[in-house]
Amino acid sequence: MDIDVKKIANLSRIRLTDVEAADLAPQLSSIMGYIDKLSEVNTDGVPPTAHPHDVAMPQRADVVTNPSRRDALQQPAPRTESGLYVVPKVLE
Amino acid sequence: MSWEVVIGLEVHCQINTKTKAFCGCSTEFGAEPNSQTCPVCLGMPGQLPVLNDVAAKKTILTGLAINADINLESKFDRKNYFYPDLPKGYQISQFAVPIVEGGYIDIPTKDGEKRLGVTRIHMEEDAGKSMHEGLDAVSHIDLNRSGIPLMEIVSEPDMRSADEAIAYLKQLHQIIKFLGVSGADMEKGQFRCDANVSVRQKGAPLGTRTEMKNMNSFRFIKQAIEFEVLRQIEIIEDGGEVKQESRLWDSVKNESRSMRSKEEAHDYRYFPEPDLPPLRVTQEEVDAIKAGMPELPNQLRKRFETEFGLSAYDADVLTQTQSLAQWYEALVASHPANPKQCANWLANELLGRLKELNKDISESPISAQALASLLDRIADNTISGKIAKDVLDAMMASGKNVDAIIDEKGLKQVSDTGAIDAMIQEVLDANQGQVEAYKGGQDRLFGFFVGQVMKASKGKANPAMVNQRLKELLG
Repeated sequence: MDIDVKKIANLSRIRLTDVEAADLAPQLSSIMGYIDKLSEVNTDGVPPTAHPHDVAMPQRADVVTNPSRRDALQQPAPRTESGLYVVPKVLE
Repeated sequence: MSWEVVIGLEVHCQINTKTKAFCGCSTEFGAEPNSQTCPVCLGMPGQLPVLNDVAAKKTILTGLAINADINLESKFDRKNYFYPDLPKGYQISQFAVPIVEGGYIDIPTKDGEKRLGVTRIHMEEDAGKSMHEGLDAVSHIDLNRSGIPLMEIVSEPDMRSADEAIAYLKQLHQIIKFLGVSGADMEKGQFRCDANVSVRQKGAPLGTRTEMKNMNSFRFIKQAIEFEVLRQIEIIEDGGEVKQESRLWDSVKNESRSMRSKEEAHDYRYFPEPDLPPLRVTQEEVDAIKAGMPELPNQLRKRFETEFGLSAYDADVLTQTQSLAQWYEALVASHPANPKQCANWLANELLGRLKELNKDISESPISAQALASLLDRIADNTISGKIAKDVLDAMMASGKNVDAIIDEKGLKQVSDTGAIDAMIQEVLDANQGQVEAYKGGQDRLFGFFVGQVMKASKGKANPAMVNQRLKELLG
């Protein structure tokens, strides 16, 4: 299986050198090949599994439970200004 | 060549819940930046989402209102992309099995009603807000909106013109307002639209489409679609090919431009959200939601036409909002003799005056009963329709009742034959020349005499009697 390692890395925001990419390509291919074994199983008429546990989703009532904890929550942010997160410029 | 336009619409509509889709943070609009966030909607590691049950119920209600099927089991998926306003690096959405599938909205067209298909409605969470304006090397991020529940309502590519697209959006917007499932305030971004537009020769397979992103005004959507249609036709007629891409409408320059950055991001690598098991609802729950559905705009319009004999136009005007429709029904209940007249006075006179005051019907200074009593005074010939307009002004300004104003200003209509005859005689004496001309065959002068008499009476003469007596006296 041919895998575009550079494209996947880019979509995942992982920086790879050409050497690393070349090294990873066969490894990813072999993993995909292993997973591909599953397609040998006949799954006609078997509904896709959405979740490993057969449970229904718990839901919550629509009631505000979270106090504002901005200062504490922004502690790990590299940079903030007037309560806003400051990030490198994103252009649109 | 005869071109056909094909349009499909995706509407993102904020569900009006008190809390976010998957955490207990407030959704209040206009709060201090990042004051309504928590580890879940900030995407901190190890946090688990728990669905807001009101978000699901309101989405189901919307599905029922557009005659769609409710999937008793639906699923959530992760839509992966990187952007600073999406802290988790993925958006929780419903991809493979949405909660609502199939459905339709009927729109009025000049050839009668047209049925437009709705493919699906799925739940998802909103992203935060990024701000770039006035900033040099950085952007600012506010995550109060991150995790607010949205419905995405996806139509079939059934629209054939910008006008049909707008009719669909207006109808959908109105249904959503009637259901109370969203504030749907477009200026606040609570109802925003992506338009997929392509052109083809009539009968040919679908052309390549472009997607106009994130528009929040009916006017801009119409302009953007019309611009895009012309742009695509021009490209094809010049021998070129339309490129599939996302475009952004610039409402200042009145043109759209390509959003190149979105291109590579189109590979969303959806996969089932492992943190959320399937969402199951029972038929009984769906039936209970259905039982609570209010009367919808289309039903209300048709009822106003049949029950009150209103024109399609008046019925449409008076069903724009629930509060207006209720006001009209209260008015008719108090003045049942003439529902049509009620419609005219409400739609033309009262709404016109309220508009000048920048007020909504719910802020009207006079009640439906007060307007009904004014119409009663026209019906019993106490005042003419013309005088009634002045009385309405006075009622709105002073809050006094109709009879007090009529008494105070001495506006009681003159229906006394003797008094009216005297006024007519005065007018005829003063306009001998016109009388001769009228008798010589210039029938149109009749209106002139009516006008003069009304003027002489300061508008207080009973117009029907003036007409009748004038005819007799000019004989």
